[in-house]
Amino acid sequence: MALIGSLAAQAVQMLLVLLVAPLLTGLVRKVKARLQRRRGPPLLQPYRDLRRLIAKEVVLAENASWLFRVAPYLIFSTTWVAAALVPTFATGLLFSWTGDLIAIIALLGTARFLLQLAALDIGTSFGGIGASRESLIASLAEPATIMIVFTIALIAGSTQLSHVAAFMASGQVGLRVSLAFALVALVIVAIAENARIPVDNPATHLELTMVHEAMVLEYSGRHLAMIELAAAVKLLFHLSLIACVFFPFGLAQDGWDPLACAAGAGLWLAKLAAGGVLLAMFETSIAKMRVFRVPGFLGAALMLGLLATLLLFISRSL
Amino acid sequence: MLTALLLCAAGLLAVAALAALGRGGRSRAEAATIAVYGGCLAVSTLAFVLALAALLGGASAGLTVPLGLPWLGAHFRLDALSAAFLVLVTLGAAGASLYALGYGLHAEAPLRVLPFYPLFLAGMLLVPLADDAYAFLLCWELMSLASWALVLAEHRPEENARAGFLYIVMASFGTLALLLAFGLLAGPEGRYAFAAMREAERGPLASALVLALAILGAGSKAGLVPLHAWLPLAHPAAPSHVSALMSGVMTKVAVYAFVRIVFDLLGPPAWWWSVPVLALGASSAVLGVLHALTENDLKRLLAYSTIENIGVVFLGLGLALAFRAGGQPAAAALALAAALFHAFNHTLFKSALFYGAGAVLTAARGERNIERLGGLIRRMPVSSAAVLVAAMAAAALPPLNGFASEWLAFQAILLSPDLPQWALKFLIPTVGTLLALAAALAASCFLRAYGIAWLGRPRSAAAAEAEEVDRFSRAAMTGFGALCVLFGLFPGMVLDALAPVTERLLGARMPAQLGEAWLSIVPIADSRSSYNGLLVFLFVVASAAMAAAAIHRFASRALRRAPPWDCGFPGLAPSMQYTGTSLSQPLRRVFGPVVFRAREVVEMPLPGSVAPARIVRRRQDLVWEFLYVPIGRAVGRAAELLNHLQFLTIRRYLVLVFLSLVLLLLGLGLWR
Repeated sequence: MALIGSLAAQAVQMLLVLLVAPLLTGLVRKVKARLQRRRGPPLLQPYRDLRRLIAKEVVLAENASWLFRVAPYLIFSTTWVAAALVPTFATGLLFSWTGDLIAIIALLGTARFLLQLAALDIGTSFGGIGASRESLIASLAEPATIMIVFTIALIAGSTQLSHVAAFMASGQVGLRVSLAFALVALVIVAIAENARIPVDNPATHLELTMVHEAMVLEYSGRHLAMIELAAAVKLLFHLSLIACVFFPFGLAQDGWDPLACAAGAGLWLAKLAAGGVLLAMFETSIAKMRVFRVPGFLGAALMLGLLATLLLFISRSL
Repeated sequence: MLTALLLCAAGLLAVAALAALGRGGRSRAEAATIAVYGGCLAVSTLAFVLALAALLGGASAGLTVPLGLPWLGAHFRLDALSAAFLVLVTLGAAGASLYALGYGLHAEAPLRVLPFYPLFLAGMLLVPLADDAYAFLLCWELMSLASWALVLAEHRPEENARAGFLYIVMASFGTLALLLAFGLLAGPEGRYAFAAMREAERGPLASALVLALAILGAGSKAGLVPLHAWLPLAHPAAPSHVSALMSGVMTKVAVYAFVRIVFDLLGPPAWWWSVPVLALGASSAVLGVLHALTENDLKRLLAYSTIENIGVVFLGLGLALAFRAGGQPAAAALALAAALFHAFNHTLFKSALFYGAGAVLTAARGERNIERLGGLIRRMPVSSAAVLVAAMAAAALPPLNGFASEWLAFQAILLSPDLPQWALKFLIPTVGTLLALAAALAASCFLRAYGIAWLGRPRSAAAAEAEEVDRFSRAAMTGFGALCVLFGLFPGMVLDALAPVTERLLGARMPAQLGEAWLSIVPIADSRSSYNGLLVFLFVVASAAMAAAAIHRFASRALRRAPPWDCGFPGLAPSMQYTGTSLSQPLRRVFGPVVFRAREVVEMPLPGSVAPARIVRRRQDLVWEFLYVPIGRAVGRAAELLNHLQFLTIRRYLVLVFLSLVLLLLGLGLWR
């Protein structure tokens, strides 16, 4: 009976992640539009887009290989699994020990690797330019993320997200400089990873500025739907991660109290909405960077992460 | 068991004699090729079974063969450490022999390969078994010289001759360093058996010297920066199955030598021993992968990536030394297991990648430049899938095996705040950053290697007409690709098999892994961290299948083929694709100025001139320029000075002999 309960909780989390993700994207778009004094598309527009794309036929490039057709499903499922391993409304779910934070980050790396391969498969310059710039961003963002993971793991004594969230929620932490550094670094990484302004622009189709959009240019129909959904889930993943590590209040702890879970889910949605609004405000207030200024931006995240870790290494022995 | 393994080595020597059958005629050469590689396959498979049984069964045996120095004999011993490395060596050897059954038939001059190949295998099989310095160095030299002969199998191209020369110089230097290390270990009494070396007492200075010499000797064979200069030249020069052995297996024999000397023979470490090992490991990891990122030669790219992985292995060994000296045997066992697991994983994926490179060479008429390849995935479906798996393993992506071992290395790094030394407190997080950077850059590197060579549209006629390779080559590639998946899903099997090794060297082991629920791996405790490759894989595959099935069932499955989008300008030529150079341009621009002093200069023609504009890329290999060139110049100058000694009369030679005798006796007199 307990097993069924915990299986159900795990399944609810997986579905919740999947269902809420397009709404979050819609919210960010709506807030951005309102800030620019436009009416903007309705909140539910991403769902409609997905439905329309799924029903359409796929226009496939003549020389596309099997990899190009398999990649969208794998990109979607790796991103989904990664996002579903982050605690949303409760800690200690049945499969929460499947991968720790390092493994989750690396899973997103797998998704990115597949997307880059698919971009190179057709052999057009757009795919190449997207894959090339994504490499640049990834090779700086990943070490920065690992440094953030180190900081969190040294404070919480674990890389297991459930334990980290429980520890952070328990109030033993207090204010720490390292955590502030890690938060700033994680926000920078999240902006870069999700192809957001100032690193990339999710709304552009101007060749010189595209990164993510250039990679998916050859995709259409259901394949494009999978990739769009994966992008939405990835945004939700990063906001969930920030919420679960730095603002873990309200998370239901271990027991399967339905009330606590419902409260946790409500709070989680509120946190996501707050994160989405902040992201939209940030994006509206800043201009896009030149590609070769991105290393400086991400380098700051890397240095902050390293500094946070070093501070912890030193302060532990004082 | 030990006797059987020694007989296997003797069997390999006998197989070498089979090469003599190949004299006279193409058909006889083919028969000899099949006989030699078939024989090697049979013997190394047998040896693999024996070594695996020895590792799992915990067999330990010693044997003294009346060969070698008359008062010493040749000691051989099989313990957990040698069994673990023998498993790796024989598995790599079996794979390469299977691959060569098909690939070897394309050799231009088979008789330049066939006699040396079994000797090379025998050398690598014997080094881990040797139990005294004399036998060890003899087998080590057999391995070095046989591989040198194989590097020169195609000796006509100028660059291969240069690679061979550089290799023999560096190999001799490495053996000299090991010889001196063993000399110091044996002490003035000349106790050359390993058992006696373990007992001996040594001062801190002698121990430090042995450590330095072990780093020089084993590191030069393994390819640690800055001793790596020969490796990216020599490994690609050999035929591809030999490249796979040199990169995948021989570098691991060098790792074995380091572990044997430093962890076993040298006794308890001082804390600072870990500092040079960590620093060299981290810099090898980053420099190796940066070189690989900017390399266009497919095989040389793989050789540079070997330097990166050796760096990761040494980084793990350095962590193990630090933890051992800091009195944390459990953490040391974790770090050592991570290093050995990564060495094993590297053998698997690097072998598969070199087999893939050989398949490309066969299929595309010897084209090694990735910028003249492309589109092979459509011509070679089986090879492309196997190489993709190996490339993803090399890029350290879950759920494959390369990730599992790097994950363990990160877990070991996270245990380091408890170390007492301040230097290590600063060094280890920095090393962790470099490891993460190397892992991320490795993903970019293999994206580039695979994306340019195998994907896209063919950039040359040779690539456009490529054909799938023979079934032996395919079997070897898919077999090793499957092993990469297997050990990514069940890393616990390897970790449990390595437990006797860490127990023997450090007196501690990781917790038993196979008893964990759902076959997770748990390095320290459940609450700290756990990783389950199997479940990750199952979740990913299940949700991808569910998504695909749902869409195809309930929505659309319509599909139309059309030309790729050309922005309205028809006539997309294959040369308009991104090339390897352009793909890595952003990374080169970020890291190049620091690491290679790279410059890009655009030379514009004068206004009105019709001359083309040129972009000139310059880069320097700083290690080569500031280490090897000055040493080479100094050696040349010394040789010129000593040249006078060549044309003396016999009288003067006798005077020289006499004077040196007096000097040596004086030195001895002052010492005593």
